[in-house]
Amino acid sequence: MKMVKSTLAMLTTAAVLGVSGFAQAGATLDAVQKKGFVQCGISDGLPGFSYADEKGNYLGLDVDVCRAVAAAVFGDATKVKYSPLTAKERFTALQSGEVDILSRNTTWTSSRDAALGLNFTGTNYYDGQGFLVNKKLGVSSAKELDGATVCIQAGTTTELNLSDYFRANGLKYTPITYDTSDESAKSVEAGRCDVLTSDQSQLYAQRIKLANPDEYVVLPEVISKEPLGPVVRQGDEEWFDIVRWSLFAMVNAEELGVDSKNVEEQAKSTKNPDVARLLGAEGEFGKDLKLPKDWAVQIVKQVGNYGESFERNVGAGSELKIERGLNALWNKGGLQYAPPVR
Amino acid sequence: MQTTVNAPRPGGSVWTDPKVRAWLFQILAVIAVVALGWFLFDNTQTNLEKRGIISGFSFLNNSAGFGIAQHLIDYNESHSYGRVFFVGLLNTLLVSVIGIVLATLLGFILGVARLSPNWLISKLATIYIETFRNIPPLLQIFFWYFAVMLSLPGPRQSMGIADSFFLNSRGLYMPSPIPSENFAPFFGAIVVAVIGIVLLSRWSKKRFEATGKFFPISLGAIPLLIVLPGLAVLLTGNPLQWSIPELSGFNFRGGWVLIPELMALTLALTIYTAAFIAENVRSGIMAVSHGQTEAARSLGLPAGKTLRLVIIPQALRVIIPPLTSQYLNLAKNSSLAAGIGYPDMVSLFAGTVLNQTGQAIEVIAITMSVYLAISISISMLMNWYNKRIALIER
Repeated sequence: MKMVKSTLAMLTTAAVLGVSGFAQAGATLDAVQKKGFVQCGISDGLPGFSYADEKGNYLGLDVDVCRAVAAAVFGDATKVKYSPLTAKERFTALQSGEVDILSRNTTWTSSRDAALGLNFTGTNYYDGQGFLVNKKLGVSSAKELDGATVCIQAGTTTELNLSDYFRANGLKYTPITYDTSDESAKSVEAGRCDVLTSDQSQLYAQRIKLANPDEYVVLPEVISKEPLGPVVRQGDEEWFDIVRWSLFAMVNAEELGVDSKNVEEQAKSTKNPDVARLLGAEGEFGKDLKLPKDWAVQIVKQVGNYGESFERNVGAGSELKIERGLNALWNKGGLQYAPPVR
Repeated sequence: MQTTVNAPRPGGSVWTDPKVRAWLFQILAVIAVVALGWFLFDNTQTNLEKRGIISGFSFLNNSAGFGIAQHLIDYNESHSYGRVFFVGLLNTLLVSVIGIVLATLLGFILGVARLSPNWLISKLATIYIETFRNIPPLLQIFFWYFAVMLSLPGPRQSMGIADSFFLNSRGLYMPSPIPSENFAPFFGAIVVAVIGIVLLSRWSKKRFEATGKFFPISLGAIPLLIVLPGLAVLLTGNPLQWSIPELSGFNFRGGWVLIPELMALTLALTIYTAAFIAENVRSGIMAVSHGQTEAARSLGLPAGKTLRLVIIPQALRVIIPPLTSQYLNLAKNSSLAAGIGYPDMVSLFAGTVLNQTGQAIEVIAITMSVYLAISISISMLMNWYNKRIALIER
């Protein structure tokens, strides 16, 4: 099934690239407004980032980016349709116009930014690659993994980092490459591999899906920089700005102390000019982005600020219990930093 | 009659001439097809450029930078994407060739078994065929991989035979021969023995045709194969050293390993395709008139020889054409490897390479051409064989 799907995606690319028009500034926003929803490419099931709950609603940190964009454009965060994509399918789906945004824990790299006709709009999660092993192996550091069999997901930067790391440390390994993260996790459980490698956030997410999560540990080494963020097609700067500033609005809101509970009140009565500009009480910043005046109010009201989204999906309020770490605000020791609205 | 119809009627214009019109429409059709092709190509190129997607085949020279679990040619991370292509191609061919050989053997046995007068044998063959023919191959691959291979014990609890063969969830480990300096005479002795056997069988065939006396070839072949290389070993010493797999660290090291992905894929494809081949064989045998059997028996040929010398050669003419399409199916079904992470053409090249480079159109075009080339080669080979065994009408 996976094969059929990815082949279809590829054929669609060929067909769409071949016959249809192409991205022009403003084309995506027009198309999105005409069809009435944002088509968003997400992961095929990654707790905390994008997954469906028992009612079939999609939740997660990556999903929140899509919802924020919908809230900004339509004033309604539910006007999103989701396309779950494997790592292999994701870029073709975006290039071919099948999705408007790709928000699928995708690492920002130079070749992806420059050679694929894509643009990264920002970083919604600073991650790094790590290793998950069974406690029974008695391994406490990645340096002890000489000769190990390693499970990976195909078509990811992790595949390349893994070989870089083992080569740099003079270690040998056998890679077993699967299409989906579920398959690779299943394989580790079955003992086909000694190690599962992926971005650390994913390892924590996959660990809670295993039958006995307590038998597995994530090793301390982080072997790469993985800035994960939403991606759009190159050539439509207007849409690029909308996606980028929807994310910035969430980060700015957290920094300014605006959250989903106090946002309406703040929009009316704030004395802080920064907050007033963000929430549209002062100036015409929404108009510059071709968005309604209250775009940021809708984002924060319906989706929450970045901190709320983080806590709810991957942080203390979730099963994953990931620390803020690099993803804390810049003034709290982290890297999350958004340019000001003015 | 014919000439009067085609000749231009007096007074009719050139447009009413059926010959001219036939040509005209064909030319128009060709122009339309070429124009459409050119339009698609040109539009793709333009749009790729406008979107800033770099196209072309130069990516094949870039270094791949990822590891591969099974490579038949020397490979490491610093090799190019072009080399990854060959690794994938060889892995696909490996599965196809092993699968075709095993499926043919199993299929022939099952096809004959289903026609056996023995009730138990024929019913068992029927059950096998009807079961495996009717389950989709991808499910069978999943079954063999996830349910069978991955539920084998881990490497530290592996099942060992004679301390040199080990079966675990990482694969089947076995000793591998390493040729020593005495290998050359040993190998030479084997070559001489094989040539001897070929000559012997030619001689015995000639004698059989001339005198009708039968000489059992195995009587000469087996001693030849044992004595000559045996002599070489006695004279020069041990020709091979064995690298025996040993548990060290996480895995076994040394020796050869059949990875579970390869075993599951080959098993599933063999078992699936053999069921179809068995039906082809059965239909081929049933197409040979029963009179042939009766005639052979009345000449005094025993049952085994009747089958081998009379029925099968005639049945082959019916069997070969559908057999070809089964071989094609097997080769194409090998692309289901992507489902279990066997590094074949599709999962390696159309999967990982496509994703690392983003060159979707180029990679898919290359991959499709490869399958086309494999299929056409199999077809041509089988057509040649079919011609060779075809009935020569006199």
